[in-house]
Amino acid sequence: CSFLVAIRDAQAHVLTSDPSALVFGEDVAFGGVFRSTMNLSTTFGRDRVFNTPLTEQGIIGFAIGLADMGHTAIAEIQFGDYIFPAFDQLVNEAAKYNYRSGGQFNVGKLTVRAPCMGVGHGALYHSQSVEQFFMGVPGLKVVVPRSPIQAKGLLRASVADDNPVVFLEPKILYRASVEQVPMDDFTLPLSQAEIVRPGNDLTLISWGAPLYACEEALALLANPPASIAQHFPSSIRGANVELIDLRTILPWDRETVIKSVAKTGRCVIVHEAPVTAGVGAEIAAEVQKNCFLNLEAPITRVGGWDTPFPHVGELFYKPEAVRIADALVKCLTF
Amino acid sequence: MASSTTSSMGRLRLAQHLRASAQPTAVRSSCIATRTFASSSRLRKDGDEPQGHLPGHPSSVFLTSLNDSFFDSVRPKTLSGNKNAKGGIPTYRLMDGVGRLLPGVTDETVNITEAEGVKMYRTMLLLPQIDVILYNAQRQGRISFMMTSYGEEGAVIGSAAGLDGKDEVFAQYRESGVLLWRDFSIDHFMSQVFGAEDDLCGGRQMPIHFGSTQHHFHTISSPLATQIPQAAGAGYALKRTKGRENNVVICYFGEGAASEGDFHAGMNLASTTKSPVIFFVRNNGYAISTPAAEQFRGDGIASRGPGYGMLTIRVDGNDALAVRSAVQAAKAKALSEQRPVLIEAMTYRVGHHSTSDDSSAYRSKQAVESWKQMDNPLHRMRNFLTDRGWWHDELEEQTKVQHRKTVIEAMGRAEKKKRPQLSSLFEGTYRGEMPGNLKEQRAELAELLEKYGSLPGWSKEMAKHANAGKDMEQYRIKK
Repeated sequence: CSFLVAIRDAQAHVLTSDPSALVFGEDVAFGGVFRSTMNLSTTFGRDRVFNTPLTEQGIIGFAIGLADMGHTAIAEIQFGDYIFPAFDQLVNEAAKYNYRSGGQFNVGKLTVRAPCMGVGHGALYHSQSVEQFFMGVPGLKVVVPRSPIQAKGLLRASVADDNPVVFLEPKILYRASVEQVPMDDFTLPLSQAEIVRPGNDLTLISWGAPLYACEEALALLANPPASIAQHFPSSIRGANVELIDLRTILPWDRETVIKSVAKTGRCVIVHEAPVTAGVGAEIAAEVQKNCFLNLEAPITRVGGWDTPFPHVGELFYKPEAVRIADALVKCLTF
Repeated sequence: MASSTTSSMGRLRLAQHLRASAQPTAVRSSCIATRTFASSSRLRKDGDEPQGHLPGHPSSVFLTSLNDSFFDSVRPKTLSGNKNAKGGIPTYRLMDGVGRLLPGVTDETVNITEAEGVKMYRTMLLLPQIDVILYNAQRQGRISFMMTSYGEEGAVIGSAAGLDGKDEVFAQYRESGVLLWRDFSIDHFMSQVFGAEDDLCGGRQMPIHFGSTQHHFHTISSPLATQIPQAAGAGYALKRTKGRENNVVICYFGEGAASEGDFHAGMNLASTTKSPVIFFVRNNGYAISTPAAEQFRGDGIASRGPGYGMLTIRVDGNDALAVRSAVQAAKAKALSEQRPVLIEAMTYRVGHHSTSDDSSAYRSKQAVESWKQMDNPLHRMRNFLTDRGWWHDELEEQTKVQHRKTVIEAMGRAEKKKRPQLSSLFEGTYRGEMPGNLKEQRAELAELLEKYGSLPGWSKEMAKHANAGKDMEQYRIKK
């Protein structure tokens, strides 16, 4: 099934198994602007799957109140770009609820879903990657799935987790990414990266939509078209690259990443968000600290430029396959 | 991949505008309605006929006079026939300035037993005792910070008395009286203020940021108004919880906090989700140094309630009995009508904003004194009780002495207690297993303590914690 249907099904499993669970946000009742809550309100009732007024700070504040009372709250923010009005509620409230109350009150049953990343023509406010803003917030968990199976399993785990989770869905994959997904309820572990493709020569790390650009980059590296072949020395075309899907941004799986780079000695990190102070900066610093003696080339970050996300010109803004392949070449030939 | 999501992107917010302006059937039918109405309305005067076809408000009437069409205030239903009334939402009160029941108000209206009236006043008297002792303790550097309740004892205790002990409380920070009303122990109170080992909140927050699950008092946080939409969600949760059908949420905030966006969000959400929440605003005239006149231009906070489709009442916040009765009625309506209620309690912040504030920098001491004399919630309650023979001077003295003793002794005990052990700094950030980065940082602090713990500054601070930092030893990484 598609990514969207997987998301929908995960929510249906939650609503079925947990009578306290609620799904809400802007335009959620008729199925959502992306159809990720399709038929949930007719199946589970308007008191459990409902529209809220158009207020992001309100949606998250409301969800915190529900979770504080022990109810499972799955709140949708229509686009990650519009999560910022709720930044205060997420950073100052949700993330600190358990700590500040000495564990007396908590909002572990809160999950916030938000579509994120570029979509071809979303421009400044329908394209942003927001994970880096939440990576520095102790108390939150941040998750980004890459495919329908991942989406279903990780969303289920996020809801079940005893901490507030920001669950970011790469919207470009909503319909594009299709695979066989188990009908049953299942979870995938948080804070565990997945080695999508093992290798020994370089560690390539990404999450969400750019993982597909990474796959394309690896194909390009192995088999460059004749017109650009001169930029890909034949000596490295056979390079065996380890591709890692980070999956959880916070708390992230340092062990898997560090183990991989210690083995390969080279590391390229790819994300759509601007490079400066992006998630790549945190990973690079940590890898550098732990793999200093293993590194054979500088850690390279490929990301969006340090500009707002543009409308026309998205091709040249996002880390597309050829940009990633170019970074791989530089890192492998250093 | 990009092209495959075009259809989803077509349903963006922009598309909502398109939908709103492109409703062929609705537009057509409304044209017909307008024609019919226009032809038959020639004989009618302005305003006597519902318009009947505006989608947002079908019952709105026509006005053709531009002058009459502008409004600048909420029109209250009654002004008690008082010719001096100048408009604005009226204020509900039961007692006059010296605690006598107003004409028409009987003991049956007030409906309070001697035991409850006396408990209210005793609790009201406890607040200034705590305030004066802790205020001075802060001035002596024994605690870091303090906020007093001076002048608002009636609003806070009156509202607490109107509720059940299991109604959920979301507070701002000047409502510790609610906890005292619910018999929160004075020892826990002091442990929070001193950040002692047995503080229910683990000594992690500034003084006065109380919380207690047992007392249904959700932990206070400093960011203003964040609790308002949270209270709306908690109200919705209560409505869906078996066995809690007779409980409501009460959410306290000041008139300054009501300027935050979260106020708007929370009021609107509680109203649209039909949640049983009492929003209780303490309008005490000041947000730190900012007078209410610079906070809003409308008729206080109460006038906003009807705009959210919310039942609203303005009450004399220095009349503890009126506050109690307003809260009782609000709770009954919130439950029977399944909707939120707004209460604006008019009061005056007699004390400084906090121990970090000297209010004489922006208001005269004389104004404060005259408020204390003219409209004092404690005096009014005392006179009410004395008139009924429920209270007398001797009791007053005894109670004050007893309160003072209780507070000083509890403070002494809390001051001697150890702080929570150092390793607790890292705990509770996450529930469940501690993430690796936190374990690593805990080990890092353990190593630093081993190396530098003998520094005078460090050793002095470590000694104040339970186990004197020794609990950290287990986290050192063995080399």
